[in-house]
Amino acid sequence: MDALLLQVLNGLDKGGAYALIALGLTLVFGTLGVVNFAHGALFMLGAFCTVTLQKILGTSVRVRDESVTFFEAYKEVPYLVLWFGDAGKAVLQWVVPLSILLAIPVMMLIGLVMERGLIRHFYKRPHAEQILVTFGLAIVLQEIIKAMFGANPIPQVVPPIFSGSAEIGEWLGLGPGVSYPWWRLIYLAFSLSVVGAVFAFLQRTTYGMTVRAGMADRETVGLLGIDIENRFTLVFGLAAVVAGLAGVMYTPVLPPDYHMGMDFLVLSFVVVVVGGMGSLGGAVAAGFLLGIVQSFASMTFIKEILPGIDQIIIYLIAVGILLARPRGLMGRKGVMET
Amino acid sequence: MGDILLHVKDVHKSFGGLKALTNINLAIEQGTTHAIIGPNGAGKSTLLNTVIGRLVPDSGSVMFGGRSLTGLKPFEINQVGVVRVFQTPEIFPDLTLLQNVMIPALAKKEGSFRFNAFASLFKDTDVRDQALAMLEDLGLAEQKDREAAHLSRGDKRRLEMAMGLVQRPRLLLLDEPTAGMARHDTNRTIDLLQEVKKTGLTKVIIEHDMHVVFSLADRITVLAQGTIICEGTPDEVRGNPKVQEAYLGGAHL
Amino acid sequence: MTLDSPRREALVMAVFAVVILTMPLWMAPFGASYPDLLQKFAIYGIFAIGFNILFGLTGYLSFGHAAFLGVGSYAAMWSFKALSANVLPAVLGGVLISGLFAALIGYVCLRRSGIYFSILTLALAQMSYNMAYSVLTPITNGETGLKLTQTDARVFDQLAGVVPEAGLPSTSLFGLEMTGYPGFYFCAVALIGAFFVALRIFNSPFGLKLRAIKSNQTRLLYTGFNPKPHLWVAFILSGMYAGLAGALLVVTDPLAGAERMQWTASGEVVLMTILGGAGTLVGPLLGAGLIKYFENIFSSFNAQTLHDAFSFLPDFLENTLVFLISPFVGHGWHLTLGVLFMLVVIFLPGGLMEGIRRLTRLVKARRDRNSDPEGAAVVPPSSVEG
Repeated sequence: MDALLLQVLNGLDKGGAYALIALGLTLVFGTLGVVNFAHGALFMLGAFCTVTLQKILGTSVRVRDESVTFFEAYKEVPYLVLWFGDAGKAVLQWVVPLSILLAIPVMMLIGLVMERGLIRHFYKRPHAEQILVTFGLAIVLQEIIKAMFGANPIPQVVPPIFSGSAEIGEWLGLGPGVSYPWWRLIYLAFSLSVVGAVFAFLQRTTYGMTVRAGMADRETVGLLGIDIENRFTLVFGLAAVVAGLAGVMYTPVLPPDYHMGMDFLVLSFVVVVVGGMGSLGGAVAAGFLLGIVQSFASMTFIKEILPGIDQIIIYLIAVGILLARPRGLMGRKGVMET
Repeated sequence: MGDILLHVKDVHKSFGGLKALTNINLAIEQGTTHAIIGPNGAGKSTLLNTVIGRLVPDSGSVMFGGRSLTGLKPFEINQVGVVRVFQTPEIFPDLTLLQNVMIPALAKKEGSFRFNAFASLFKDTDVRDQALAMLEDLGLAEQKDREAAHLSRGDKRRLEMAMGLVQRPRLLLLDEPTAGMARHDTNRTIDLLQEVKKTGLTKVIIEHDMHVVFSLADRITVLAQGTIICEGTPDEVRGNPKVQEAYLGGAHL
Repeated sequence: MTLDSPRREALVMAVFAVVILTMPLWMAPFGASYPDLLQKFAIYGIFAIGFNILFGLTGYLSFGHAAFLGVGSYAAMWSFKALSANVLPAVLGGVLISGLFAALIGYVCLRRSGIYFSILTLALAQMSYNMAYSVLTPITNGETGLKLTQTDARVFDQLAGVVPEAGLPSTSLFGLEMTGYPGFYFCAVALIGAFFVALRIFNSPFGLKLRAIKSNQTRLLYTGFNPKPHLWVAFILSGMYAGLAGALLVVTDPLAGAERMQWTASGEVVLMTILGGAGTLVGPLLGAGLIKYFENIFSSFNAQTLHDAFSFLPDFLENTLVFLISPFVGHGWHLTLGVLFMLVVIFLPGGLMEGIRRLTRLVKARRDRNSDPEGAAVVPPSSVEG
């Protein structure tokens, strides 16, 4: 029972990342009809918002290290610490949550620029060309990041009050034994609230209703005199923000590097396909589901029976679903079939 | 009475709650030209689509030369000898006219699949000659090396016709072969189809243009709201008050 | 690129063979005339030509072809290890095993079309890559990669009484070692053969049917052809080309690792084909050559070479230029590749071959105008640009 719970939890936080990326991917699919291979890069850019903020806030100066008395030693001290002491130190420790504030406008801007500058010229072109140009864009973005930040992963810290583990077992009355890192719980809660916010936005606002109508039937909405392409530029921005936030909060779990976008992209496509292309609920459900499945598949006793299953289970499911039920778990028939 | 080539028996088809075809029975004789007419939404295209395998009837059967077509894939139905000329030209836009016509000619020669990756297309002179002759017949020979996408709409329809005729089908289904054509082109098409008729080819034509129908058809079936309301020779149909009322709104032909 | 007679076919082949075999000569001025790079040209040329048979002719965009390259490499390695150091069984084995593997993958993926096909190939290839890294370690030797060892069985060689020499065995064609120029010429002959087969396919009824699939698959169905088996055969053929390329990779450098199966490697062959011109015969080869050339030349540049190159400029200009260019060379050459690729997809979807076509048309139009000024006045400018 304990082990079971732990696996579910393990799967949920990764599933949260999948769900957020797949959510944006599906929004863009559904409204704009574009297959965006650069969506993983947006996740990566989000993560690098954190890195950027960390670099800016952590700008440091070389000072004499007083603690070393035998010889003249120097150490790097961030200006923030130099000027504000412990308060500065605290700011540095809170860089991950703080960078959410940076990521929202930055990612929105990146999304809008991407849509206006590139994607919109591809609405009328074949899907193959959409895939190709966004694939090219993904390469360009990741190489720019590589040129700026180098090829090595850059670890990020968790704010001190979230470090350590939560004793979930005791809360649920299962006794000690089930403990789980705080940050991963936060990530889960965070992704759920972002998903909730996006859904609330789509359900409650007039704009959101237009978006949903557009996803249900592009042509009719177009006939109603609504300029789909102009209306939905913002959708692209929104998708970029969601992917970016997923990236920001994931940095303490996975130190960001330039190719993390590509790694997540393939899995996110699998998630979208399993959930059903064009179905938002399907994307979110499939994201969490596949996260959990993956986590169970990597349990030792399962790996003993089926070695390597954790590496391939997601793909097997995707292939099975595409063949047996091409519209996915919750998708409509015929979306993007040609 | 000649042999019956195509036999549609008790076909029903509905989409959701909407009955598109009810109790359709048709017998088309070898060598005749059979026109199906009826107002918009009468079910003419649905009927044609059930014959060529694009739609599967809910019940009933379609027999062709003693063989059931129900449940066959479109390419299998074509291989049996039932060829459809589409209403909106569905050609191969990136290929040349000659290639467009060679493909159905090859299909007739090769069957539904043949791996001939090392054969040379240029040595396939019989297919090439057939295709060229067909283009010649339809007055498209001069444009044979053009990409089909650049053709005028009228020429596309003639190309579509060439692609159908080059297979020398046993049954040709024509879906409004003259819709949207100028009078001059319509007359040319009628001449062409009359020419074809002499070869004994069996045809089913769906058409709005009564001039075309009465110039070509041996028999006419009138569809309205998914059922057959009348069938007979052109003169019988012309004189049938039921047809005039239901379909023609009392106007005289 | 369609040729209208067998005689022209022979002519093209003769010209092609001469061009490929004399590469060591005419590549010299470009600084690319060393065997390692020449081998890569030939090998990736084969890979791209094969990919183009699927993508260029049928329009089915596979994002998983690197898997077949990898399988070809592993199969060839095992032939070296278990059978013989001779390259012929290795190449044959690589092609056959990849063909079988492609038959399996193709059967599954071709149940769907469009974007679903792309995602299926992507998922299956990524799955194969993950398996090569984990479960299949006994066959692939996981992260380390498969290498030749002194103690390999090499059954045929033992039967033939070949005495293993000291040190690592090397791959050979009946005693001729497959490194350096002999290695290149072996790959070049394979490339010429591969090109010939592609040429025949392009000019065959089969090739025409594949093109018809790309143009209008539904219509093909109603002309009496069944597109599925045609697609399947095209998929298998292109998988075999990839297998040949994979086998040649280990013929010239006997080491097979899983990283060459990763989906970004599949992306690379897509880049090559698009860059050169999908659907044309020579385009993919051109794309493969360019990408491999720049990979080697650009990536060897560093800030110092740039400073040397611009040293004739005033210091200020020199430094600015170096600063602007340096992210695009050396380790950053992928950035150049990405930008170039995007420009091609945006402005020249037909690739460099289309660019060349447009250019010749432009030159011709200009020449016509000069010789016949009155006629040219009638031609609207847009039709000249084409």
